[in-house]
Amino acid sequence: MSSNSFSYNEQSGGGEATELGQEATSTISPSGAFGLFSSDLKKNEDLKQMLESNKDSAKLDAMKRIVGMIAKGKNASELFPAVVKNVASKNIEIKKLVYVYLVRYAEEQQDLALLSISTFQRALKDPNQLIRASALRVLSSIRVPIIVPIMMLAIKEASADLSPYVRKNAAHAIQKLYSLDPEQKEMLIEVIEKLLKDKSTLVAGSVVMAFEEVCPDRIDLIHKNYRKLCNLLVDVEEWGQVVIIHMLTRYARTQFVSPWKEGDELEDNEKNFYESDDDQKEKTDKRKKPYTMDPDHRLLIRNTKPLLQSRNAAVVMAVAQLYWHISPKSEAGIISKSLVRLLRSNREVQYIVLQNIATMSIQRKGMFEPYLKSFYVRSTDPTMIKTLKLEILTNLANEANISTLLREFQTYVKSQDKQFAAATIQTIGRCATNIVEVTDTCLNGLVCLLSNRDEIVVAESVVVIKKLLQMQPVQHGEIIKHMAKLLDSITVPVARASILWLIGENCERVPKIAPDVLRKMAKSFTSEDDLVKLQILNLGAKLYLTNSKQTKLLTQYILNLGKYDQNYDIRDRTRFIRQLIVPNEKSGALSKYAKKIFLAQKPAPLLESPFKDRDHFQLGTLSHTLNIKATGYLELSNWPEVAPDPSVRNVEVIELAKEWTPAGKAKQENSAKKFYSESEEEEDSSDSSSDSESESGSESGEEGDSNEDSSEDSSSEQDSESGRESGLENKRTAKRNSKAKGKSGSEDEEKENEKSKTSDSSNAESSSIEDSSSDSESESESESESESRKVTQEKEKKTKQGRTPLTKDVSLLDLDDFNPVSTPVALPIPALSPSLMADLEGLNLSTSSSVISERTTPSKVGQKTTAS
Amino acid sequence: MIHSLFLINSSGDIFLEKHWKSVVSRSVCDYFFEAQERATEAENVPPVIPTPHHYLLSVYRHKIFFVAVIQTEVPPLFVIEFLHRVVDTFQDYFGVCSEPVIKDNVVVVYEVLEEMLDNGFPLATESNILKELIKPPTILRTVVNTITGSTNVGDQLPTGQLSVVPWRRTGVKYTNNEAYFDVIEEIDAIIDKSGSTITAEIQGVIDACVKLTGMPDLTLSFMNPRLLDDVSFHPCVRFKRWESERILSFIPPDGNFRLLSYHVSAQNLVAIPVYVKHNISFRDSSSLGRFEITVGPKQTMGKTIEGVTVTSQMPKGVLNMSLTPSQGTHTFDPVTKMLSWDVGKINPQKPPNLKGTMSLQAGASKPDENPTINLQFKIQQLAISGLKVNRLDMYGEKYKPFKGIKYMTKAGKFQVRT
Repeated sequence: MSSNSFSYNEQSGGGEATELGQEATSTISPSGAFGLFSSDLKKNEDLKQMLESNKDSAKLDAMKRIVGMIAKGKNASELFPAVVKNVASKNIEIKKLVYVYLVRYAEEQQDLALLSISTFQRALKDPNQLIRASALRVLSSIRVPIIVPIMMLAIKEASADLSPYVRKNAAHAIQKLYSLDPEQKEMLIEVIEKLLKDKSTLVAGSVVMAFEEVCPDRIDLIHKNYRKLCNLLVDVEEWGQVVIIHMLTRYARTQFVSPWKEGDELEDNEKNFYESDDDQKEKTDKRKKPYTMDPDHRLLIRNTKPLLQSRNAAVVMAVAQLYWHISPKSEAGIISKSLVRLLRSNREVQYIVLQNIATMSIQRKGMFEPYLKSFYVRSTDPTMIKTLKLEILTNLANEANISTLLREFQTYVKSQDKQFAAATIQTIGRCATNIVEVTDTCLNGLVCLLSNRDEIVVAESVVVIKKLLQMQPVQHGEIIKHMAKLLDSITVPVARASILWLIGENCERVPKIAPDVLRKMAKSFTSEDDLVKLQILNLGAKLYLTNSKQTKLLTQYILNLGKYDQNYDIRDRTRFIRQLIVPNEKSGALSKYAKKIFLAQKPAPLLESPFKDRDHFQLGTLSHTLNIKATGYLELSNWPEVAPDPSVRNVEVIELAKEWTPAGKAKQENSAKKFYSESEEEEDSSDSSSDSESESGSESGEEGDSNEDSSEDSSSEQDSESGRESGLENKRTAKRNSKAKGKSGSEDEEKENEKSKTSDSSNAESSSIEDSSSDSESESESESESESRKVTQEKEKKTKQGRTPLTKDVSLLDLDDFNPVSTPVALPIPALSPSLMADLEGLNLSTSSSVISERTTPSKVGQKTTAS
Repeated sequence: MIHSLFLINSSGDIFLEKHWKSVVSRSVCDYFFEAQERATEAENVPPVIPTPHHYLLSVYRHKIFFVAVIQTEVPPLFVIEFLHRVVDTFQDYFGVCSEPVIKDNVVVVYEVLEEMLDNGFPLATESNILKELIKPPTILRTVVNTITGSTNVGDQLPTGQLSVVPWRRTGVKYTNNEAYFDVIEEIDAIIDKSGSTITAEIQGVIDACVKLTGMPDLTLSFMNPRLLDDVSFHPCVRFKRWESERILSFIPPDGNFRLLSYHVSAQNLVAIPVYVKHNISFRDSSSLGRFEITVGPKQTMGKTIEGVTVTSQMPKGVLNMSLTPSQGTHTFDPVTKMLSWDVGKINPQKPPNLKGTMSLQAGASKPDENPTINLQFKIQQLAISGLKVNRLDMYGEKYKPFKGIKYMTKAGKFQVRT
């Protein structure tokens, strides 16, 4: 603590005096306060002067010291007026630090904070996107209710900004505004709806986050964006992926029918959880036709699979829970390998992952059985990790592996970590009850442990043996005798109580020992623990009823002792027992049944996993970890009996047609779509506004451009993928088209047109690619995108010119919708016709190979690295 | 999501706090301190602690607790992973992540944290991007800044933030273009009393240091990619290409990064490069115990084993040890009961040996269990799984880079039960 006061003194930027009050209540001891009174006020003055000086360096120094104060949790609020003046500083670092200060204190000094608002409003119009974004960030972080309308306006404007980075910040601002003023919900939902349509991977994660926070129940907003989100997923930044995957899991559970077949139940009882048995019978009757998975359902499962390879543990866990909750059971197996991989990670990650594995392993043993050895405990693991591993090992135990496991447990029992050793004994007990074959072996092993030197181990063994014996109808006179002897040496109350209870329960089987034990206990009664005293009373009562000749006096002696015990529970119990067993004239009808009451057949306790009841929480959530429903936990709904209309997700095709018909609207939409070329556009954003008038005409050219840029980065596979994907999409949309027909005549016609063209082009594509020629007319997305860095400038120009007239309409639909797709397709969609599949498959292969050959020839950089 | 962050040192002082939403009083940490007290050891503090109004999620690294305060449901791994990323970023910025360093650079720390989260949701976590926004402090830069009045804060949005390769800066230039790859494998193993392997796994990583001009596109192929059982990639690796051809194709980030981590499972037989012979015995009546261990090479493919250290947590009953090593130095801490023996290189002709007696507490009964021996070692120029890089090719740039690859095998969690 003294070190604390030191640091205060040396770093004190002032303001300590004011903060004393707060400091005293906080956890850091108030000792930091000594010697602060002297120079404080002066120092604050000093800071103020520095802030008011003309020199930026002085201001910067002052701000740095103030931020240092904030970081330490000291109050710097009285400097507010001096600081706020610098909000318009030209120096960007000062500005940023002022922002930090404002966000921290604006809530406390609302009136003064208003002084800064106009600066932010100006900055929101700044040509530099970073400045626009940070202005929005700070403006929305100032929690001053008066400026809600200003914030609303700013968010609306920013949500239409050309820069996806600013739009991302707008999505964050939505949540801030919502928490400041929930009244704005309706308006904010509109903005969310708009941003959900955004095609930028940068925005996707943040807007879904806003959706989850503001209106998680408005699942209808997702429909139209579902496929886009699935397709973008791989390219979204990792944090966004986690949020989107969790949201899509919930979505899938409301929109698709269960892929879990009835047969699965034999293997595990998972279903019982979601519906009762009767329900299932009904269901089987209802569901006569074989189950076919909705292609959209499949799309989600397929597109999340590569993310299992993510370096981010949260993403892997999110995918794992998605598979667990929505994929067919036969496919969920692939997650176990990735989860086991996470066990190599930090302690905290291990802890969460092990918890989730524990829950999973109760329901589906088979998933983790091959990885049994990965859960072996190391002596260096922290105790909490050890116990979790033990839990999983217990869940995985079966007839085949139990002997290996028991050998492993033997090592654990000897561990120096006694808490862990005790947990192991519990585990052995559970294995013994679960697997009948080894019950006797376990029991013998536990009896051996009774002679262990460590008391905790012995006590735990006694407790477990007690439970085991209770479950076994067979006689174990020997063991009970052995345990009776232990009473002399054991001191742990729970263990003593357990032994006494056992003897009492089996007093007729050990007629010679029982009374003797009672005699000994009567002697030590007064010095025993309450827990033990209660069991002595019980033992006495039971013996009195079965063997009153020998024990009558002893029991009465004990009852007398109990009558004057300090603990009221014991006095109470004594009174109760006396009334029940000792016959007197007042005793009621009950005493006739005393023997039945005391020596009734008691049901054996169930040794169950503590993780048994966790599975009603969605895996990977905080609620699951804590086994309490956390604030804001969103329940995972049951599968619907009948899937809601799948065509709702189709709407985007019509949407597109709408969007593209009015040329005036094109400007905004463009900005949203071409996120690749954004950075360039940003530089000359002034030009782009004038350009955008002609945008609809030159669209495809532009689009092509952006593709060329992007291809520098995205792999050839990804690109060819998008071509393939679009093929699939077309097929699908064509199928569904009949449903959607008649909604709006003119649009439909247009759509039809587009569609036929696209499908044409996709055919052309595949053929052209097979030739692997790079002719300009046969230029298709997959071609243009594939590593065109190699292609020379002239070629690029040529292709552009050549393509513009040809692909005009076509590319609108294709590129813009499916451009960012980079999802590898692992499994073919079953709904596809086999011939088309073959085509597509061929297309895919041929592109990649052609790319390679194309690549290797010009670049001779390739040089063999000799592996030493 | 994440409301606030508190940094707490080992003596229980909160030395930094940062709030992204309304201010949460630091008294919330009392619940943390309570849990800490209950856990006795730092590493046993539960990572998730519920309090009446908040949830505290913490990670413990470099002797500092990073405690995040959250208010609503959130995937716990999300927060934990983020906190680890924060620590990694600090390490990247300052070289080390320790209390004094954080205190000295509090302004930079604050600026970085401000950029990493907005409203509790991660904004920029790629260190390449962060470094463009806020430049890491160097002596040179501090001097330049004081003279010219320029700042550490970038005023342009890093181009990476908007591109499809957010991990790479644009306009990278080097005079010497070089790319180094280190294949590092760690053996996790548990060896039982008799010397047979209970479980053994290999965890490998490929760390890269790439300093190449422009936008190079690299491909790395292996002689035996089938060995890799389970892999996780840096986001730059094209997954499709790996799936179809088992080739790593990527545009690398600038500087140091972890390209790939992989796992060679227990199913494949793992060659254990060392053996440990031990003879540790306590006698019931006497207050002396015998102690002898020998470490020797086994299946090393002709390479030398270096950097060998042996540590062992002795039972509480051991008062002191008098040992003589045949080579290296050893220490025994009578308070923590930790024995460590710094062996150095193993000479196959003369396997190192540590021998002597232990003095036990008089009257105390002999410990139930012999201590576990933890082993550390290194083998240069060997990947124990047999993984070999075939070739590295570069596309997209004209120059010829210098390429290098290094292999190393280390002990991970290598335990010998006695």
